[in-house]
Amino acid sequence: MQPFSHAFKESADRALENATQRRALGKVRLEFGAKRAKTVARLPEFDALKDQAKTIKDHVLENLDFYLETFEEKVTANGGHVHWCRTPEEACDAVLGLCRDAGARTVAKGKSMITEEIGLNAFLEANGITPVETDLGEYIVQLRNEPPSHITAPAVHLNKEQIADAFRDGHKDLDPARPLDEPQELLDEARAVLRDSFIEADVGITGANFLIAETGSTVIVTNEGNGDLSQTLPKIHIVVTSIEKMVPTLEDAMTILRLLARSATAQEITSYTTFSTGPKRADDLDGPEAFHVVLLDNGRSDLLGGEFREVLRCIRCGACQTLCPVWGAVGGHAYGWVYSGPIGAVLSPALIGIEEARHLPEASTFCGMCESVCPMRIPLPKLMRRWREKAFEKKHTPGVTRYGIGLWALFAKRPALYRLKVRAVIALLARIGRRKGRFRRLPFAGGWTAHRDLPAPQGGTFMDQWRSRGERSAR
Amino acid sequence: MSEARNDIINRIRASNGRTGPIDAEAAAKIQERLNRPPVNLIPERGKGEGTELVERFVEMAKEASATVTRVASADEVPAAVEQYLMRKNLPCEVVMAPDESLATLPWSDQPRLTIRRDRAQPSDYVSVTPAFAGIAETGTLMVHSGATTPYTLNFLPETHIVVLEAAKIVGAYEDAWARLRTKLKAAGETTLPRTVCLITGPSRTGDIEKKILLGVHGPLRLNIILVETDPKNS
Repeated sequence: MQPFSHAFKESADRALENATQRRALGKVRLEFGAKRAKTVARLPEFDALKDQAKTIKDHVLENLDFYLETFEEKVTANGGHVHWCRTPEEACDAVLGLCRDAGARTVAKGKSMITEEIGLNAFLEANGITPVETDLGEYIVQLRNEPPSHITAPAVHLNKEQIADAFRDGHKDLDPARPLDEPQELLDEARAVLRDSFIEADVGITGANFLIAETGSTVIVTNEGNGDLSQTLPKIHIVVTSIEKMVPTLEDAMTILRLLARSATAQEITSYTTFSTGPKRADDLDGPEAFHVVLLDNGRSDLLGGEFREVLRCIRCGACQTLCPVWGAVGGHAYGWVYSGPIGAVLSPALIGIEEARHLPEASTFCGMCESVCPMRIPLPKLMRRWREKAFEKKHTPGVTRYGIGLWALFAKRPALYRLKVRAVIALLARIGRRKGRFRRLPFAGGWTAHRDLPAPQGGTFMDQWRSRGERSAR
Repeated sequence: MSEARNDIINRIRASNGRTGPIDAEAAAKIQERLNRPPVNLIPERGKGEGTELVERFVEMAKEASATVTRVASADEVPAAVEQYLMRKNLPCEVVMAPDESLATLPWSDQPRLTIRRDRAQPSDYVSVTPAFAGIAETGTLMVHSGATTPYTLNFLPETHIVVLEAAKIVGAYEDAWARLRTKLKAAGETTLPRTVCLITGPSRTGDIEKKILLGVHGPLRLNIILVETDPKNS
């Protein structure tokens, strides 16, 4: 998709006016936070598993060329094919070529963020092939002609009325008077409509959560079973994936899988974890006749050599999105490209350029929630800070901000003056805001107070409080 | 060898501060690890033995919205299948995995059941399959594709009935993989089956307002018939 990240501020403003979305996201954040905490607490080894997962992935990145070569050997030995692609264009061409060779007219798709990254659906459509998303959430956003707003919950920004509208628009051949008020009715309709898509499709495309070097297998993690039908019923199974999904062995995959579902949906494990190895065997009664792995780089091999290397450990659980206060307020679409939330703020600048994505690393309160819930121990705030520095160095930061930072720096270098000024401002604000304890409006802070109140300062500056408390505890 | 492949591999090497492949000694070490994969941390709940594991498996499977029917011997399986279908008011036509473990059961004692032994078709409502293993840690079944275990049986029908002997229940995922590796090795196989799936409960979604609904694309019902024959007697 065409990135729209440069317009983050405008998109975010619009999103904040969207009461339906704010209600939906607010509820999700609260409920998921509690559910995740409960699931994690049931597995006392969770933190130790995080350490092992990090070690495994760091080891893979250090030896990624070796593992990819081993993986390719295995896939080939199993009767499959690996297609190496440097760019989204190469990956789209590879998939199209395979579809054309198969004489495909329709494609059933399991959920895949890489296909979003390379804009595969639009490309296939432009070339006369109809892709049908079969994950329910992905199907809903495809009907609405919009991108997913979350990695694992693509339609999380919508309510059931909006989904019903999308179904009425999309399923014109069904009785317009049919009831679609309940989630179950929506589900039954989707099951019936999509069942035909699986059966009719000539090609099945899935993503991969992991690639296993030991066995040449690709792994998908799903709850609906759509990925399994997508890759079992059509004649050809194409896996569209990227190079950093590699793990050495089945055991290593299991270690990381223990973290994935708990972090993504607060489940112990998803309904289906599927390991696919080559095409169907001679005596198998079902399964695809061909197995292709389209392996995308798209800048990751360069990312590996720089200060953002650690983001390549990401397993796309989406926990950092769901629990981010900024994502929870503006939703995924405001970020203007495929990846949103903290992971988007770190990954998007690398993939679409810091100039286009310059606002995203700024869209953070640095509360640290993302890093604390990341199952792969990715220091997301630190990486966002680095992007901020880069944007500043490259002068992508707007003039007013640069001027403001310059002014702040002027005082920050003179601590006595800084303290004096802060003390004066705080005393003033505290007096004005004494009665209500908060400000609904404040000059020069409209961007803040338009959507929330600013708490009035209480009890003096941090430094003053530190000093007085220190004295108290010394006594 | 494609140009793209060379480019990607070379860039990875450059990013890792190398101009060529990893040195022979490091490669041998990694290869050894791939040949004999070490087991990483196993959570406590993936450990234990015998009935303890069976009880944990049942508890976790139920938590994941599967139902469990316990029978004392394999001979009782056909009756359990029929009773389950009658109780749920489901059709008694089943498509069954053409697997020996099921073929030897006394199906003719249940004349109401019509059985077809094949892969599943979209029109099938009920399937009966074996499982390769049960995993106590999360109440998970390990199934795999093969000549006698068509993969579509696990996904197309709305009701999936799985026959699992208690002796097949292990503690952790890794134990199930170890058993599969042993079985493949004994059969002279060098690769995994086309598909191995870890199934935990029926198909589900939370995509509509986060409400959990069952039976999206895969089965709406997963019934596990647990055969509790004492392994010492079988």
